[in-house]
Amino acid sequence: MSESHRALAHQFDDLEQQAEAATLGIWAFLITEILFFGGLFTGYAVYRTNYPQAFAEASHHLDILLGGINTVVLIGSSFTMALAVHAAQSGKRRALIAFLLATMLLGAIFLGIKVVEYSHKFVDHLVPGRTFTFPGAYAPQAQLFFSFYFAMTGMHAVHMIIGLAILSVLVGRAWRNRFSAIYFAPVEVTGLYWHFVDIVWIFLFPLLYLIGRH
Amino acid sequence: MSTVAVEARDDFPTATAPREHYLNVNYGVKSWLLTTDHKRIALLYLASITLFFFLGGFFAVVIRLELMTPAGDLVQSETYNKLFTMHGLIMIFFFLIPSIPAVLGNFLVPMMIGARDLAFPRLNLLSWYIYVLGGLFTLCAAVLGGVDTGWTFYTPYSTTYANSNVILTAVGVFITGFSSILTGLNFIVTIHTMRAPGLTWFRLPLFIWAHYATSLIMILGTPVVAITIVLVALERGLHIGIFDPALGGDPVLFQHLFWFYSHPAVYIMILPAMGVISELITCFSRKRIFGYGFIAFSSVAIAVLGFFVWGHHMFVSSQSVYAGLVFSVLSFLVAIPSAIKVFNWTATLYKGSVSYETPMLYAFGFIGLFTIGGLTGLFLASLGLDVHVHDTYFVVAHFHYIMVGGAIMAYLGGLHFWWPKMTGRMYPEGWARLGALIIFIGFNLTFFPQFILGYLGMPRRYHMYPPEFQILNVMSSAGASILGVGYLIPMVYFLWSLRYGAVASANPWRAKGLEWQTPSPPPTENFSETPIVTEEAYNYARQEAVGV
Repeated sequence: MSESHRALAHQFDDLEQQAEAATLGIWAFLITEILFFGGLFTGYAVYRTNYPQAFAEASHHLDILLGGINTVVLIGSSFTMALAVHAAQSGKRRALIAFLLATMLLGAIFLGIKVVEYSHKFVDHLVPGRTFTFPGAYAPQAQLFFSFYFAMTGMHAVHMIIGLAILSVLVGRAWRNRFSAIYFAPVEVTGLYWHFVDIVWIFLFPLLYLIGRH
Repeated sequence: MSTVAVEARDDFPTATAPREHYLNVNYGVKSWLLTTDHKRIALLYLASITLFFFLGGFFAVVIRLELMTPAGDLVQSETYNKLFTMHGLIMIFFFLIPSIPAVLGNFLVPMMIGARDLAFPRLNLLSWYIYVLGGLFTLCAAVLGGVDTGWTFYTPYSTTYANSNVILTAVGVFITGFSSILTGLNFIVTIHTMRAPGLTWFRLPLFIWAHYATSLIMILGTPVVAITIVLVALERGLHIGIFDPALGGDPVLFQHLFWFYSHPAVYIMILPAMGVISELITCFSRKRIFGYGFIAFSSVAIAVLGFFVWGHHMFVSSQSVYAGLVFSVLSFLVAIPSAIKVFNWTATLYKGSVSYETPMLYAFGFIGLFTIGGLTGLFLASLGLDVHVHDTYFVVAHFHYIMVGGAIMAYLGGLHFWWPKMTGRMYPEGWARLGALIIFIGFNLTFFPQFILGYLGMPRRYHMYPPEFQILNVMSSAGASILGVGYLIPMVYFLWSLRYGAVASANPWRAKGLEWQTPSPPPTENFSETPIVTEEAYNYARQEAVGV
């Protein structure tokens, strides 16, 4: 293979090697991300075990309906992302752009709903800090719960925003017809990132919203 | 390892005619600050970590000056707290962790595997900028009054009690972590996907194996300390109680999360050093390495085991005795792959044609000092003995034997060894041997007395001490001044050699790595054509047999 493609970087011999490097690179990065979130999950698990009662009570203050809708929205966005990758692989430019935009739309809906949820917490004085109030005997522990709630969902939201930024760059490049059936690694790599961010939410939702609810 | 034509390519007509290489291909600030050439980025790192090394060294000088006398007469305790904190922070996060990987690794990983560059050159440049940005935050914190929590940021010092610039420093360390992650990621992908034809995994130089193992720790450990620092900053900034017992939090959880990264981080510092030593020992004893597979896998074993020993920092932090026992046993296990390396290096010397060029002097220094540092690590991994020497100068001496006696000796040895390749100039051998000797003497005089001080019970992190400890402390300070001079000597002659050093041939050491089969300094693309590898690493026997 010695075709010289516009997208082939000088350090690689061919596009195949380049795509292999990109794929391995994103997997290595996702492993880093797992450990990044892993620190938060560990802390949450420790305190959940130490204060089961308080954490169960605190989690009742989360809006399970909005959280549930968001879960569906996010799974939908993973579906459209998978379709976008498929469109890129088959060299269908219009379908690629459409599915990327659909993914962005669903991601934006998720963030919008998250903003509504956060604002409810502000109104109810459930945001950790000086104004935090929680009825009952478990105020400090409930504050811990909400600290982790905001840290984990906040960190997740940051990843969503970064994902949206990358997707918008991809839309621009797809618009200028930069991808083809032999060169689509950026779409594939972004897809892996997007699925990862979704999977983080798939773990966050039951851990934060569902455990302790009967 | 070699290409088919290794013998014939030993001596290039370097520098007789102006030849285009990576240093003279273009000039100007922009050509350096926007470069994506791994060799230039390595030199950017070299310049910046050298700056931080001397800055961290400056703090050490003030510490040793203060400890000349039992009374606290030079600085007050708050200042002293800041001095050892800044010394530790800068030396660990801004010098030791990037030292060998970001300078020698950056320069050599692509060259040793016959690649034109790392897999992600722009990411590589980004990692340097991230490093610089993190460094600037930490420098800002230093200028604005420093930070006094100890480099470990232990809660509640860092959350409730510190009045210094904790968040600013934490942001600096957080940012710099990402430069380390990107470097590790880049190495892993490069080593997997960009090896030259014929360069199978078991033909790789052991330097590459060591950097692969290091990279694994970088991408697995660094994100954990990053998120831990975020939690500390949240706690301090928002006054919530993630690690504050008064608010339901657990300060020991911080220690768990912190050491989950920071113990493996010790292996980020020592594994690349071990990689360098394998290269030096084979070259200067003209022999194939003894037990290639064992050394290669012992690097991976150290990286893996390193993630399961963090609890040995917490034997006296209310950790359960049973957990302590497990961590103690696991910590002892790390000694096995480490000893395998030391024994294999020693066995490589046996019946070798050993010569004593400067890099080899550093390699010998490394083996001796690392052995002392490693064995005293076993003292500290023992549950009972650790209670006695915990947080004393014994610990300080132990980790300086590993990090300074081990990592910095190897870094300097490697820098001398590859200096001709990096710059195209030889360093002055006589001065360099003298420098190596002075560093070795100064180092031992500085840190050996600290073992005794610690064993006698002198705690670390105090600026005053009982008068009976003065003799040993004065010895240590005297050693530190010798060590300081020792570090200035290479600094001076390296700079001198850039202009006045003898012009280096392509392979002045008659070494076997692929990096020696291209001119010194190499062209931007590293190799005029992609080398093809047909034999194992370190096949010196063949080279000697054909009489090159």
